[in-house]
Amino acid sequence: MYIEVKDACKNYVQDGREFTALDHVSLDIEKGEFICLLGPSGCGKSTLLNALAGFEKVNSGSVKIDGKEVTAPSINNITIFQNYGLLPWRNVLKNVELGLESKKVPKEEREKTAKKYLDLVGLSGYEKRYPKQLSGGQQQRVAIARGLAVDPDIIFMDEPFGALDAITRMKLQEDILRISREEKKTIIFVTHDIEEAVFLADRIVVMMADPGRIKSIVKVPLGTHRDRTNDDFLYVRDKIFELFNMKVDDYIEYNI
Amino acid sequence: MKKLLALKNVVISIAILIIIWQILFTVSNYDAALFPSPKMALDALVEMIENGRLFENISTSMYRFAAGYLTSVTVAVLLGLILGRLPKVFQYVNPALQLLRPISPTAWMPFIVLLFGIGDVPAVVIIFIAAFFPVLLSTVAAVGNIDPIYLKVSKNFGISQPALTWKVIFPAAFPQIANGIHLALGTAWIFLVAGEMVGAQSGLGYQIIDARNNIRADILLATILVIGIIGILLDGLLKLIEKLILRSWGGAQ
Repeated sequence: MYIEVKDACKNYVQDGREFTALDHVSLDIEKGEFICLLGPSGCGKSTLLNALAGFEKVNSGSVKIDGKEVTAPSINNITIFQNYGLLPWRNVLKNVELGLESKKVPKEEREKTAKKYLDLVGLSGYEKRYPKQLSGGQQQRVAIARGLAVDPDIIFMDEPFGALDAITRMKLQEDILRISREEKKTIIFVTHDIEEAVFLADRIVVMMADPGRIKSIVKVPLGTHRDRTNDDFLYVRDKIFELFNMKVDDYIEYNI
Repeated sequence: MKKLLALKNVVISIAILIIIWQILFTVSNYDAALFPSPKMALDALVEMIENGRLFENISTSMYRFAAGYLTSVTVAVLLGLILGRLPKVFQYVNPALQLLRPISPTAWMPFIVLLFGIGDVPAVVIIFIAAFFPVLLSTVAAVGNIDPIYLKVSKNFGISQPALTWKVIFPAAFPQIANGIHLALGTAWIFLVAGEMVGAQSGLGYQIIDARNNIRADILLATILVIGIIGILLDGLLKLIEKLILRSWGGAQ
């Protein structure tokens, strides 16, 4: 298996109270999959993502990518954050070139690659702008281009569209779906928006809070072209809704 | 138009100052040699310009100021960037800094004169001390206040030291560091005069002592005016440099 989480546990002490963010979580992900980690706040979805991305370590259990234990962030696995993380003192082009600089790519090639990915996210002509001159959606596009520019194997996305308005969010969802097909990246996407998860994911990992655990893994049988108003789409969405309302505590492998 | 209005305010403000001075001169009973009128100070200024002493002293003072201030800012910023990233080390350094910081730089003066003698060095050292603490402490604080997301992104994109410092930490902390550098400019300029009054035989500070020794209050007041004007000009110059840097960084923050 490409990504392998086995029996991962993570505890925090918050305000003197112990808090279990991940309680014996196991998960396997194949190369090229689009996985959504879906759940309410406190269900450990961001903790799981941070453990996979190498920003946090689990207390017990193992987190492996391509057979190797994850110990630190790597330029092969890029994380996209909710608040973009662009460097405000660099223009758009220089922001996208950031990762290429540490890969020691020559200057001309850096510029060429950066422009290619800016074009891919629909921001050609914005090279000389600075982040604060862009809208939230455009800034996230720059962050996505910056991530893609280093040609990572995996892209982790931590509620990347959470700060955007509904229309912009839908547009970006469509774009990230298109990009994931074109670039053939493995994407792990954290969200608390059920519709977003159904629109994007090959499989949805449904998580529950207190303690943070995986409740169920749902395969989304909707193919590559997804229509939010389609009956099948609504059917899958309703199934997930039901899942959140269910009181049963046992693990269910879902196949629709 | 806005600039013209601002200029109008400056002219009115200074005119009021001169009028008050003139009134005080008229109503007071002091000897004109001890408390000269604005006109007399202006005449003294013209006299100093004509005999070249003013520019000689200004250039001496500016040289000392530039040497002390620039080395101090450079050392303090570099040290601050390092200490800001090592909070555990800074825990041990900070108490010593807090002990040294409130000591007026002039208190070191006799000691410095004993060690280095009279000349350029005491003034330069005083300025160095005066600028050092505000710049160091604001740099350490600025590095500590950097949005953690910049560091997370840097880690993710494989940016390691020393590139991390000059590509990410310094520009991210710059606005707050610039505050410290700006604050230190005023302090350093104040202590240049103090330093030259005690430890030098030339410069604007010495010119004040010299004027007192010769009972030339008109030269004394004219020199004070010059010191004030240079202070304003330096402040304006620094503001301009700050603005240029921030603009080249896309008006960061």
